[in-house]
Amino acid sequence: MRHLLSTSDLTYTQAIRILDTAQEMARISEGPVKKLPTLRGRTIVNLFFEDSTRTRISFEAAAKRLSADVINFSAKGSSASKGESLKDTAQTLQAMGADAVILRHSASGAAQRLANSHWTSGSVINAGDGTHEHPTQALLDAFTIRQHLRVGTGDLRGLTIAIVGDILHSRVARSDVHLLSLLGAQVILVAPPTLLPIGTSTWPVQMSYDFDSVLPLVDAVMMLRVQQERMSDFFFPTAREYSHYYGLNADRLKKMKPTAIIMHPGPMNRGLEITAECADSARSVILEQVTNGVSVRMAVLYLLLAGAPNEDGEITK
Amino acid sequence: MSVALPAVDIARALTRIAHEILERNGGPDSIVLMGIPTRGAFLASRLAALIAGIEGREVPVGTLDITLHRDDLRLRPLRALVPTMTPLGGIEGRNVVLVDDVLFSGRTIRAALDALGEMGRPKTVQLAALVDRGHRELPIRADYVGKNLPTSKGQAVKVHLSEIDGVDEVLVENVEV
Repeated sequence: MRHLLSTSDLTYTQAIRILDTAQEMARISEGPVKKLPTLRGRTIVNLFFEDSTRTRISFEAAAKRLSADVINFSAKGSSASKGESLKDTAQTLQAMGADAVILRHSASGAAQRLANSHWTSGSVINAGDGTHEHPTQALLDAFTIRQHLRVGTGDLRGLTIAIVGDILHSRVARSDVHLLSLLGAQVILVAPPTLLPIGTSTWPVQMSYDFDSVLPLVDAVMMLRVQQERMSDFFFPTAREYSHYYGLNADRLKKMKPTAIIMHPGPMNRGLEITAECADSARSVILEQVTNGVSVRMAVLYLLLAGAPNEDGEITK
Repeated sequence: MSVALPAVDIARALTRIAHEILERNGGPDSIVLMGIPTRGAFLASRLAALIAGIEGREVPVGTLDITLHRDDLRLRPLRALVPTMTPLGGIEGRNVVLVDDVLFSGRTIRAALDALGEMGRPKTVQLAALVDRGHRELPIRADYVGKNLPTSKGQAVKVHLSEIDGVDEVLVENVEV
């Protein structure tokens, strides 16, 4: 593995290896000394053309725990706001000797473009590209589900997971669909028809417009953020109507299996897609997702950067 | 390829090491055994069983993966991580005995000392190795050695243990360099 661009590029073995490696990284994150010398002397650039809090901080924490040097670049306050292109920015960073570039960009396919180009020789990690993919978020979701419902080993066979809300604009949903089904889980997309993208018939998923009928079936429910910045086209009449049909509230919580967990990639719109009561309930693993994000990103950085490059980029024992 | 240590000799060496560990530390109370995967972990379990047989008391056993602390990560293909298991009660203030199968350059042990530091601060750290084959590259020595095996650098020492290899033996092979 040289880049991490999309969960649909991952093989089953690679996905399990990332989760197993993250398991070991999580142990270190719980220990008294949260620092490893593993990536000492490597430079990692956080190249963020779009706003982000948790993903950027999470990658930064992961890189620092592995002793890599981190350079943070955000488009605001940089030459990108003067109109510098992705190419010129990437080449500048290459000239500074970046071993990996973590890219968030508003254009779908930006990470792929950077990886295929000769603008940078380092590994490219996609931290969200437009409405396409956000692979490390899906990996931390899978990791969190595995911790809770599969005692931290193996895959997710036999589990049913609902992804609810704005599927249309969600890169998290796309990455999750590929990864969770690769790991053997059954994914059900729940959304109003206006928020389901065209072409989902080729995805390995079931679909429903009726949240209440899906609730008793699922082992985990993943609420997506209503992306108000992308809601200019009136996808639903009112926020209140959306909450009524697709929001997670106390009544819906009661319809779920007693073991089922509540997830959200953050940031949450409390009161819109999820009530505070649900977000703060004992069944909610939302903060654990944030903690696990660091472990999963440590695993990805380790697997992409630690070894000497060999022909097929595969792991040896 | 020749057998340097047959099964009976391995068993005798481990029994002796178990006694030596107890003698050095004045009994089993403060001892924690940390095996370095893969085969060091099995040897640590065996030593624990032997100590339990002698003293009638269990000592805590853990495993310590040193991959993330290696100094040759960039020189070799990527390695998979092996689970680390913290022993019951931790290592804080204990006499930790690292257990490995072959002591060679000493670099594994250097990495293990760093990995231990991440888990806590032991009172002492000691080293038990089934085979010491020489050719040290760092100032490291073992406190307990099953057998000193003089070898040339062109030879490979292979430890087989019944837990994973089906048989107990130590082999010395001549490898073309």
